Amino acid sequence: MSIKLNGSGLTLYRGDRCLFKDLEFALNPGEMLLLEGKNGSGKTSLLRAIAGLIELESGTVLWNDEPVENERQVFCNSMVWMSHKVGFKGDLTLVDNLRFESSLRLPSGRELDEVLRQLGLSRLKRLPLRSLSAGQQRRVALARMLLAAAPLWMMDEPASNLDAEGRELVGSLLASHLGNGGMAIVAAHQDVEIDVPTHRIRLQ
Amino acid sequence: MWKFFHKLASPPHFYRIAESLLPWFAIPGLLLIGYGAYAGLFVAPPDYQQGDAFRIIYVHVPAAYLSMMAYMVMAISAGIGLIWRMKLAHAVSAAAAPLGAWFTFLALATGSIWGRPMWGTWWEWGDPRLTSELVLLFLYFGYMALRSAIEDTTKADRASAVLALVGAVNVPIIHFSVEWWSSLHQGPTLVKKGGPAMDTAMLYPLLAMIFGFTLLFGALLLRRVRTEVLYRERRKRWVRDMILANTGASK
Amino acid sequence: MNEPEQQYPGIAAALGELVKRDLSLVVKRPGDVLNPLFFFGMVAALFPLAVGPAAEQLQFSGPGVLWVAALLAALLSLNSLFLADFEDGSLEQLLVSPVPLSAMALGKSIAHWLTSGLPLVIVSPVVAMTYQMSLAVTGVLMLTLLLGTVSLSLLGSIGAALTVGLHRGTALLSLLILPLAMPVLIFGARTVSLVAAGDGVAGGLYFLAAYAMLMISISPFATAAALRISNE
Repeated sequence: MSIKLNGSGLTLYRGDRCLFKDLEFALNPGEMLLLEGKNGSGKTSLLRAIAGLIELESGTVLWNDEPVENERQVFCNSMVWMSHKVGFKGDLTLVDNLRFESSLRLPSGRELDEVLRQLGLSRLKRLPLRSLSAGQQRRVALARMLLAAAPLWMMDEPASNLDAEGRELVGSLLASHLGNGGMAIVAAHQDVEIDVPTHRIRLQ
Repeated sequence: MWKFFHKLASPPHFYRIAESLLPWFAIPGLLLIGYGAYAGLFVAPPDYQQGDAFRIIYVHVPAAYLSMMAYMVMAISAGIGLIWRMKLAHAVSAAAAPLGAWFTFLALATGSIWGRPMWGTWWEWGDPRLTSELVLLFLYFGYMALRSAIEDTTKADRASAVLALVGAVNVPIIHFSVEWWSSLHQGPTLVKKGGPAMDTAMLYPLLAMIFGFTLLFGALLLRRVRTEVLYRERRKRWVRDMILANTGASK
Repeated sequence: MNEPEQQYPGIAAALGELVKRDLSLVVKRPGDVLNPLFFFGMVAALFPLAVGPAAEQLQFSGPGVLWVAALLAALLSLNSLFLADFEDGSLEQLLVSPVPLSAMALGKSIAHWLTSGLPLVIVSPVVAMTYQMSLAVTGVLMLTLLLGTVSLSLLGSIGAALTVGLHRGTALLSLLILPLAMPVLIFGARTVSLVAAGDGVAGGLYFLAAYAMLMISISPFATAAALRISNE
């Protein structure tokens, strides 16, 4: 069974303002969907709508030809989400946070220590998350993606708060994920430079 | 049948239908209230115990009945809106709440005025129905406060719908628990085995008032839903076309 | 990705982990548990100061006062139930997780009860003693609080989920929850009063238990629906 994600007729209003209307997209394994646009153009809203966090005015998102609102559990099982909020508890240590996270999603089988080394977080794993910098917390959010078995990565501004080295890391992680037959939807105001088949939606 | 409902649920269609339905509710409603008020206040004989004081039931009973009825309308349409994502149902729910709150207030006020000669106090905590009306008023306030606290209309619709449904489950329980707590209110006279325990000269005006109030509620609800629909659909083409056609203004 | 059948994370395990996480957070910030308890004790102490120390009067009004104080204390802790999760984005992660959100909502309610309802039950005998309640009455007070706070946590979750992220959420939460909590208050306080007057308690306790059951079956779903809406 090959996986695919489609959207059609996606429309969303915020108050009186139309954020987007009748958008279409199709995403297959190994491909990336890039949502571009200025701040406030609605790319985060579109990403959240695809993830099912916002109810669309009209239109459907199909995961393997099945509307996601009918099969939420199946879709959520195939997806990891990274927004501008870290989604971890500041009072708990990095390891405790990731351990709790692993009860929410099926594991990818990667070793925790291996992932932390790859992300340069090994030294920090016993510290409460609160004491980490914004960029380091961002890397912890990346660890969540690597530890989950989900083929679809949804990322909102993955490069924000990261230094040049960190941005490069995001790029290489994305490239290897897509190279292994994964998919990604990325909302970014700057270009993400990786060499994979990329669909673009530019929001005004 | 389904087609009819489907069509009714479309805002422009509803807007037109509601306009033509309005007089069918408003005129008989006002006539019945006129008859009921006259017959109740001047024709019906005074009660052998309560004297003329009993005449307040011609407002109190219909208001109390509608306070519950409006909550039911609100909760059911909230449920329909939440489950079938029907926007019109949310508009009905939003429009019903303030009406229900007003009827509840009216029932409380008349109940309190009635209580003065009957119990000797303006407010009697021992009376379960008055107390549960008060709780009902708070439920309406909560619903409206939640609605006004959320800016986005569709979000406010759904959040308040959840609240209305949870409230609807609780209303009978609140009623029952207050009843258990104490009992002073006079027993029901209208719904009773072997027919109402009431003289027909008193009864007919009361029934007329109840039906009249219900029809009036229907008319007010239609009117409010129309306004609500118009406001919510303000960015839609049919509203703009209609305004242009009505005012004769040209763009 | 070519599994013949989809696998999902276990619901019970996730629920247990969530409760464990919330409890370990409370250990890091004990104030969240202690403040409502102090509040409970404070309100209970204010009342005798306001109406006078006569033992008869305290015995007579004690059940009502303690129950109102417990209700307000529970309300006080409800506001923060989802707030931190909402702000740091971990609520969002629960929403996009394959574990059913209603199970997670139930987990949050359980954690809330363990950290607010249960401590109230435990300290209530101390406060009851100052109100000159007899042992039997104190026992019934604890039983009613045990059953009643379960309902309050579950009912309160719905309100907390509806108001999370709103300005002036606290005042709104009270307005939404207090009228709905009326049956719990009435049955809780009256049952204690009845036993103080030498009457039976079974009816009241049955009602409180039945209401808790009703809330267990409604609240997780209503809370989950409300969380989805609030987090938009």
